[in-house]
Amino acid sequence: MNQITEHILEEVAALHGIPEGAYNIRENGKSIGRSSTEEIQITTREDGKGLEIRIAAGTKKKSVHIPVVISQSGLKEVVYNDFFVGEDADVTIVAGCGIHNAGNDASRHDGVHTFYIGKGARVKYVEKHYGSGDGSGERIMNPETVIEIGEDGYMEMETVQIRGVDSTVRRTRASLAAGAKLVVTERLMTHGQQHAESWFDVHMDGADSGANIVSRSVARDSSYQKFSSCLVGNAPCSGHTECDAIIMDSAKISAVPELAANDPDAALIHEAAIGKIAGEQIVKLMTLGLTEAEAEEQIVEGFLR
Amino acid sequence: MLELRNISYGVAEEGAKKEILKNISFTLEDNRFVVVTGPNGGGKSTLAKVIAGIWQPTEGQILWDGQDITGLNVTERAKLGISYAFQQPVRFKGITVFDLIRLASGKKVSMDEACTYLSEVGLCARDYVRREVNASLSGGELKRIEIATVMARNTRVTLFDEPEAGIDLWSFQKLIGVFEKLHEDAHGSILIISHQERILDIADEILLIADGGLQKRGTKDEMLPEILGSSFRPGCLYMA
Repeated sequence: MNQITEHILEEVAALHGIPEGAYNIRENGKSIGRSSTEEIQITTREDGKGLEIRIAAGTKKKSVHIPVVISQSGLKEVVYNDFFVGEDADVTIVAGCGIHNAGNDASRHDGVHTFYIGKGARVKYVEKHYGSGDGSGERIMNPETVIEIGEDGYMEMETVQIRGVDSTVRRTRASLAAGAKLVVTERLMTHGQQHAESWFDVHMDGADSGANIVSRSVARDSSYQKFSSCLVGNAPCSGHTECDAIIMDSAKISAVPELAANDPDAALIHEAAIGKIAGEQIVKLMTLGLTEAEAEEQIVEGFLR
Repeated sequence: MLELRNISYGVAEEGAKKEILKNISFTLEDNRFVVVTGPNGGGKSTLAKVIAGIWQPTEGQILWDGQDITGLNVTERAKLGISYAFQQPVRFKGITVFDLIRLASGKKVSMDEACTYLSEVGLCARDYVRREVNASLSGGELKRIEIATVMARNTRVTLFDEPEAGIDLWSFQKLIGVFEKLHEDAHGSILIISHQERILDIADEILLIADGGLQKRGTKDEMLPEILGSSFRPGCLYMA
């Protein structure tokens, strides 16, 4: 494992070397390390286009790491990973992707992750995206997450993209059975000429299901962001979606809310706010001795935490 | 030593120039506890903002140990040793109480040190130190955090703009204790804008500002009887 790969693994999966438990490390289109455990089996899909991760029912407090590193300029790949989470399991899944592009050709990773979450199971899913390298080739990532949560299942998804990704279109689709809950926290920062779109389409199909989609983002320089969140209540349920964005320099942001209640007991809320950093916040930090630029950095860092 | 020389501040309002501060001069000696009082709208908060560098005076000079600092911005004055506690503390998203105390002190602070500042303003530190300085905090909690933050700076001059505003009666008793302690410990010079008799009562000196001008200054013994007996009486009388 070279230094670039080590650095990217640290950025996207907080890994220092080989992780404990089940893992698969993918580098430039190939698996460079894989380990299964008794409870968590990682195998190559029959069509060879990705992984199948099977987590046994009742598995408790275990983790799965499946980071992806692309350091070869011009590499483009589409990967399909399917997660089957058994009933009553409780696991953390870390799936980050980092592209280091020192060349002039665009590098691209499109990851399609499908989760089948069993009855009563709990999943924490962490996904970080990161780009580095000083080549002129673009770093492109288009993650697609498809989620099916069974009765009383729970999924918490934490998705972070702070720097280096030139273009991203992220799509998350979910369907929730009775009593199932989905919580999504998205943190996004774009700079330069970057373009980021984030689409959520969540269907609450079962009684007492619930979703909370919260996005905080910062758009700097001439970057562009689009946030679109659609919550559909097909049963008595509660859904909340929130987009809170800081706009800086000459960036552009668009937020598109959509709520659809197909049941009289569906309670759905959408909140969206886009604005500059409040002047009084900057002044307050300046009275503590920070320069205007330092104050902005602190405010942005806190906001994206 | 902080000296204001002939400070005026005006704004253009509907084409006409409105003078908010008119030719104010005074010196804040080192280690003094000075209270600025007077009717609402008289120019007190503007004066504090002009000293902190948030607003630039239209005329006059501000001197720091004899050096002209009128042209310095907020950051430069903060670094020189001026702290300013806002009347309406600012809320943030994501920034915690600990972050603010750390930024204020300008150095690495331990959790214990941060907790000490919070305890001094009557907040149970364990409950607050990791909280975000956001809309979930009440006005009174925010005010006390604001005071803890400027105490963490420990600078030569600290300005408090109506620290009692928005604080409930129970907390107010504690707050008086905080200022009494600040006075005793000689945390540099303190300039407090206040309407509260109990804060006026611990002042070394009282300045009365009304209609944008410094109307009168003196010791509390000289000033209090007059203020309490006049239409400038602290409390709500001059609100009528």
